[in-house]
Amino acid sequence: MAVTVHLKVKRYNPDRDKKPRWQEFTVEAEPTDRVLDALHTAKWSQDGTLTFRRSCAHGVCGSDAMVINGANALACIVLIEDVGTSITLEPIRGLPVIKDLVVDMEPFFAQYRSVLPYLINNDDPGYKERYQSSEDRERYDDTTKCILCAACTTSCPIYWGNSSYVGPAAIVNAHRFIFDSRDQAAEQRLDILNQKSGVWKCRTAFNCSEACPRGIRVTQAIEEVKRAILYDRV
Amino acid sequence: MEFFQFHPTGIYKLGILLSEAARGEGGILRNAEGERFMERYAPTVKDLAPRDMVSRAILTEIREGRGIGPNQDYVHLDLTHLPPEQIDAKLPDITDFVRTYLAIEPKTAPIPIQPTAHYAMGGIPTNIDGEGVIDAEGTVMPGLYAAGECACVSVHGANRLGTNSLLDIVVFGKRGGRAMAQYVSSVGMPELPKGVEDDVRGRIERMKAGSGGEKVARIRTELQQTMQDNALVFRNEAGLSRALADIRDLTSAYEQVAIDDKGDTFNYDLTEAMELGYLLDLAEGLVVSARARTESRGAQYRTDYETRDDANWMKHTLATRTEDGAVELTYKPVVGGKYEPMERKY
Repeated sequence: MAVTVHLKVKRYNPDRDKKPRWQEFTVEAEPTDRVLDALHTAKWSQDGTLTFRRSCAHGVCGSDAMVINGANALACIVLIEDVGTSITLEPIRGLPVIKDLVVDMEPFFAQYRSVLPYLINNDDPGYKERYQSSEDRERYDDTTKCILCAACTTSCPIYWGNSSYVGPAAIVNAHRFIFDSRDQAAEQRLDILNQKSGVWKCRTAFNCSEACPRGIRVTQAIEEVKRAILYDRV
Repeated sequence: MEFFQFHPTGIYKLGILLSEAARGEGGILRNAEGERFMERYAPTVKDLAPRDMVSRAILTEIREGRGIGPNQDYVHLDLTHLPPEQIDAKLPDITDFVRTYLAIEPKTAPIPIQPTAHYAMGGIPTNIDGEGVIDAEGTVMPGLYAAGECACVSVHGANRLGTNSLLDIVVFGKRGGRAMAQYVSSVGMPELPKGVEDDVRGRIERMKAGSGGEKVARIRTELQQTMQDNALVFRNEAGLSRALADIRDLTSAYEQVAIDDKGDTFNYDLTEAMELGYLLDLAEGLVVSARARTESRGAQYRTDYETRDDANWMKHTLATRTEDGAVELTYKPVVGGKYEPMERKY
C-alpha cells in the first residue's frame, strides 16, 4: 500500500544561493521502494532542478551516498520502510558541495590514488595468470568489496577536521593490495600510510565501519595496516 | 541493433540481475506447479541453456498460464536445496539483493524472477583496432574509436555468451587504446571549421529555452513501455509496427520537451533530456532493424518467422540516419573463419 513520504532536502545551487537552504517534497511511494525512488519521483514530477548522482541503483556503483536521517548510506539500498516516511537528505560531509546532494569527489579520489591502489608486480608472468591459493585470496577478501562510495571517509570525524588525512576508504584500498600475495609494493604503501597523513590519524571512532554499505570491517582493516607498519610484517 | 540480449533472471519488477552463477551453483527454475520446466525445453543442458532460450522458456510458461503471483507474471529461481554455506560463499551479492529488495531469504524461499534487458550485441561498428567504420566496406571514420558494449566488433554474433563482454573490453580496449595513441601522435591538431559546435550548442540552448509542455519522464516511461510490450524476447510484424508508430509519436513530442533546470552547474535535468533523444534514436534503429529481419536468429525471435534463414539473413544490419531523418538499412556479409556459424542444438 502506497504511503505519503515527506522528503526534506538540503539544497544548494552555487549559481543562485548564498548558502544552503531546505526544501520539502511530498511524494507517494511504496514502503518497499528505495529512498532513491522517492527522490526520482520528486525530480521527475515536481522539480527537475533537484540534483543528485545515481547510476546502477542497486548498491554496486557507489554513486548515491548521502546523509539519510543523519547517517551515511546509499539511497538505492535504503528502503522507505527502513527509515520511515519523514526523510531528511543531506550531501555527505567533508567534501565541497557542487550542487544539492552532489559533492566534488576529486579530493576523495586523490587520496585514493595516493596509496597506489593497483597490482604492482614487475615479474613477467609469461603466458599465464598469476596463481593464488584460496587461503591467500581470503586474506584480503573483505577489502575487495569497496565500491568507493565515500560513505566511510565522509563519516570520519578526523577527516572532517583534517582533509589531509587519507581517510578510511584509501586505507581499505591499500589493504586490498598490501595483503595480496601477488603484489610486490606493500613496503611502499606502508611507507605512505606511515606518514602524518596516514593511519596514525585514525582514532578508531568506528564511524566508518558503521557507515559502510558493503559491510566491510573498515576499522579492522585499518588496524591490520597499523600492525603491519608497527611489526614490519605482512 | 536488433540483437538485444535479455537475461533470464532479473529480480521481479526491478530487473536487478541475478547472474548465471546462481544456476551455475545448482539453482533451478520452477513454474507455478513447482515443475523444473527447463527439462522440457532443453533436456540436456536444462537450466544452463543459453540466455535467449531460457528467456523464451520463462515467457512461454507465463503465457501458457504457469506463471506465479497474483498476475501470474513471474517464475521462481529456487536455491533452497543448496547448502546454506555454499550460498554464503559463492553467491553473497546476489542473495543480498534478494534480501534487500524482496525481503526474501533465498536459503529458505524461492526467488521471483523475470527476463530483463541486459546487453546490446549491436553498437557502433568498429574494426579490430577499435576504429569506427561507416559502411559495409569498412571505411574508417578517422578519430572515432569505440570499445565495449557501445561498440560492435562482431565477436558476439547475434547472441553474446556469458562473460565474453569482459574479454571484449580487455582485448579491444587495449587494441583500441594502442591504435588511438598511434593515431594522435601521427596527426596534428586539425583546424576546426568555424561554428562546428553550433548545432549542439543550439540544441542545448533550445532545450533550456523550451517552453513546450512535454516532460522527459513522460516520454521516457512511454518509450520504455512500448519497447517492453513490442520489442522484447518475442517479436512480430504487428508489435514492431506498433512500436515504430509509438516511437515516431514520442519523437515529435520530444521536440516540445521543456526542462526546469536552466543553469550551467551539474545540470542533470539537461543530461537526462539529451539522453532521452539518444534513447529514441536507438529504439528506432533497433525496431526498424528487427522488423526488416524476417527470421529468427540468436537473440531475435520472430513469432511470424520462427526459423533461421541462412540463405537470406546470414548478414549484419547497418542502420544509418539519412539527411531527411529516416533510418536506412544496408547489410554486410558475415565473414566466416575457423569456426563457421551453425544452428545450435541442445
